[in-house]
Amino acid sequence: MTNARPVPTFDDDVSGRKLCIICSKGSLDMAYPGLILANAALGEGIETHLFFTFWGYEIINKKTMGALQFCPVGNPATHMPTALSGLPGMQGMATRMMRRQIAALEVPPVPEFLELIADAGGHLWACRMSADMMKLERDDLFERVEGIIGATEFIEISAGAQTIFI
Amino acid sequence: MLVTIAGRPVHVNDEGFLTEYEEWDEAIAAALAADIGITLTQEHLAVVRFVRDDYHARSVTPTLRRVTSAGGFDTRRLFVLFPKKPAKKISYIAGVPKPVGCV
Repeated sequence: MTNARPVPTFDDDVSGRKLCIICSKGSLDMAYPGLILANAALGEGIETHLFFTFWGYEIINKKTMGALQFCPVGNPATHMPTALSGLPGMQGMATRMMRRQIAALEVPPVPEFLELIADAGGHLWACRMSADMMKLERDDLFERVEGIIGATEFIEISAGAQTIFI
Repeated sequence: MLVTIAGRPVHVNDEGFLTEYEEWDEAIAAALAADIGITLTQEHLAVVRFVRDDYHARSVTPTLRRVTSAGGFDTRRLFVLFPKKPAKKISYIAGVPKPVGCV
């Protein structure tokens, strides 16, 4: 005699959930949290929007997206003495080390990660004011960015969403 | 718990995921897929077989990222074949645990 069989209900708990992530930082260590959360949300069937603003433009600017840096200065969590962390070459070394650690976990580099997120149905948006300030245009940005939009438009898009500011 | 799938007794956990790797076969995969509204094709099975082989080799269910990077499958296609929650649905049909990796 065998039991009645449990069957998972994969789609039931996701209906209508929506996530917006505002990426406002341009360093390597601050780019990843937003990308990892977006990727996880998409894998759970959740509608996901990423809005890149201010320094977050480094993540979608074709010139910088593949070369984001990690700076150990002023970050006590690195456990590096402040006087050392500012020495010439230290930022490059810390960045290389972090990239190696990220790659070792099979987490893709930023451009490939954005491609993956877009392929998974994620929406990428760029901030209008940042584009104007930095004198950047559509062609300067990663191809998968859907558009350059203003704050009001973002507020419209994010209606009903859980919003995370990074 | 012991249940019957495709006419055979197999062990599953509280959620319905198979707990014994060796108890899986394609008839069971087809029944599991039907449970969640998927009609299993050869294209689905190619993904499922990769996930099973990778789990067998590494004792860890591959994440969706690994299914694309190591298995060579296309992300967009995976979301078509296994809508909304591809990684979980693939692991369910493949008779392996849900993936726990972040990326």
